[in-house]
Amino acid sequence: MSAEALEQTEGQVPDKRTVIVGNGAGSDPDGIGNYTVNFGPQHPAAHGVLRLVMEMDGEIVERCDPHIGLLHRGTEKLIEHKTYLQALPYFDRLDYCSPLGMEHSYVLAVEKLLNLEVPERAQYLRVFFAELTRICNHMLNLGSHVMDVGAMTPNLWLFEIREDCLNFFERASGARMHSAWFRPGGVHQDVPLKLLTDIADWLDTRLPRLFEDAISLVADNRIFKQRNVDIAIVPKADALKWGFSGPMIRGSGIAWDIRKSQPYDVYDRMEFDVPVGTNYDCYDRFMVRVEEVRQSARIMKQCLQQMPEGPIMTLDRKVGPPKRGEMKSSMESLIHHFKLYTEGFHVPAGEVYVATESPKGEFGVYLVSDGTNKPYRCKIRPTAFSHLQAMDHLMKGHMLADVTAVLGAMDIVFGECDR
Amino acid sequence: MTAFFQSLGLPYEWAWFVATIAGILLIALPVMISVAMIIYADRKIWAAMALRRGPNVVGPLGLLQSFADGLKVFLQETIVPSAANKGLFLLAPIITFTVALLAWAVIPFDVGVVLADINVGLLYILAVSSLGVYGVVLAGWASNSKYPFFSAMRASAQMISYEVSIGFTLITVVLWAGSFNLTEIVQSQQGYYGFLNGHGFNPLLFPMAVVFLISALAETARAPFDLTEAEAELVAGYQTEYSSMAFALFWLGEYANVILMCMLNALLFWGGYLPPFDWAPLYMVPGIIWLLAKTLFFFFVFSWVKATVPRYRYDQLMRLGWKIFLPLSLFFVFIVSGFLMLTRYGGAA
Repeated sequence: MSAEALEQTEGQVPDKRTVIVGNGAGSDPDGIGNYTVNFGPQHPAAHGVLRLVMEMDGEIVERCDPHIGLLHRGTEKLIEHKTYLQALPYFDRLDYCSPLGMEHSYVLAVEKLLNLEVPERAQYLRVFFAELTRICNHMLNLGSHVMDVGAMTPNLWLFEIREDCLNFFERASGARMHSAWFRPGGVHQDVPLKLLTDIADWLDTRLPRLFEDAISLVADNRIFKQRNVDIAIVPKADALKWGFSGPMIRGSGIAWDIRKSQPYDVYDRMEFDVPVGTNYDCYDRFMVRVEEVRQSARIMKQCLQQMPEGPIMTLDRKVGPPKRGEMKSSMESLIHHFKLYTEGFHVPAGEVYVATESPKGEFGVYLVSDGTNKPYRCKIRPTAFSHLQAMDHLMKGHMLADVTAVLGAMDIVFGECDR
Repeated sequence: MTAFFQSLGLPYEWAWFVATIAGILLIALPVMISVAMIIYADRKIWAAMALRRGPNVVGPLGLLQSFADGLKVFLQETIVPSAANKGLFLLAPIITFTVALLAWAVIPFDVGVVLADINVGLLYILAVSSLGVYGVVLAGWASNSKYPFFSAMRASAQMISYEVSIGFTLITVVLWAGSFNLTEIVQSQQGYYGFLNGHGFNPLLFPMAVVFLISALAETARAPFDLTEAEAELVAGYQTEYSSMAFALFWLGEYANVILMCMLNALLFWGGYLPPFDWAPLYMVPGIIWLLAKTLFFFFVFSWVKATVPRYRYDQLMRLGWKIFLPLSLFFVFIVSGFLMLTRYGGAA
């Protein structure tokens, strides 16, 4: 456009000052319409890329419409073009706050299709690290929930614990976040004894000290309670109708925990309590997570006591890679290794749905295999999706400030919701 | 100071004029520098409580951080949204900043060290701090943006409701001191029980000291009453559309107000420039040192509160203001005036 043309159009820009507040102003005879507000996708409390379109009557939320999909990366489709092993790291990147929890569902699904027996030590290690993941995830969520209602300090105190967790992940797998450590057939590498003893120490000393310290700052705080008690009450029937799971359904008073109802790995040998809410509000959801952290620590301690020595990967060489030493002397091993890392393993045809209790709720993987080395279809059942669909139901009649409290108590991560 | 300039050979009118200008500069410049340092202190205290380090890069221990920030915003472009009301948009930060400095005129830093020793000093402060809300409301409205507009509505409601209880709180002090003049109010605090200086030690006025401290938090929109810029809800509230110096003026005005409120806490209830104990050797220390020490203590309390508590919701904030603080302070106005009628002014006439 030439300079003159640009000048001409500039003059034609309508005076925007006339279109001030109130989108529905024209439709309302009084000229006072509801006020539509965009909450996100760039908003400090939007938990990633959530976009809420809210219709406000003053400070009251009349309608709350979640718009999702801004972090859609086509994970499910991508997995169809990857071997079963190559598909695994995608799960780390779904809920990047609790990577191992996501992997857990996937490896269990593959193992079920393969009908594979996993060594006991590997099962214990998985449960152990899945619970560490739960602690890690809840640290982030409890912290950000508290920050969403305005208290800045506890968040960083809880990050101290999260930092410890990430260091432990790094020592086990080499990666702080995207571990890719659970594998179909077991876990990738055994952990050094020193790591287990260090975590045992940490569970006894540092974790309770830091955690109880930070929680004591908010759990009985009057303002924190005023902001959360009686906010977004979800009765049992509603929780079932909306398909809640995890801390959201337990906060609504239903003791639904897949670790108890359909135990996987060695959860059936663990003793732990399932906390439930009594008032079904945001505060209950917060406290359920607080208690879950304590229960996770309890499970981890039991794992440490019971964990046997032994292999950490299935001895079926069609799935688990051979030992490095074997490869130097055995032709068979060399062939296995070559086949595994080029073509991958083949999975018998069939379909399977496996759900685990991820830190955020029921995280399911529905796998369809056509007998090749790649999944025919991989449907992921995210937790955040079903929680988020209740957003309008939860928010109606609450105030703008409650949106952040409800979102905080919901524990949504968009990597998982949008897939 | 007029006498000093007269001794230099100026006629009285000119000496008075020069002395006033000098006085304004002597207050405004240190206030601006202390705002820069207090922002640094705020960030450091907050960081320490959150297990962080806070600013530590610019200058020794990060001491020059605020000045670096100031330079940065000074060099930035002031962006005016095309839909904004340009005049009011630019006027709003100027109002906030100017009003924040105005109130300092009547603050006594020591006996007689005050720019304008007027006999309605406290009323003047109330009047000026009421004007402060205009900056926020205009900023929120002129931005023509949704979150700032929310913030402006909240600000007008919040500041007005807490000013009511602040007003009644101040009346109890005024009744006790028998004056609106700040110097006289400070002087009236001398010698409680023969050894304490401060209305806060008076059992009838101590609850008011607490109410005033909390209302001061609300009046300056600090946590847990920082609803106007609650970043979890309103992004940055009325400042959302502001950038560069316009933003910095809000920032400076806000912190100048915070220091002022801390100083008022010290002046009205805790003896101001008097030492805490009415003991002769303590009077060797200049009054301004005592005043600054007390102000800094209250500022630490402000920071401490900010680092500790969550934020109130809008309706809860209003409930606290109207249903708790207002009746409480009103009740104490009755109690204090009744007590004074009985004891000081010769009983029920």
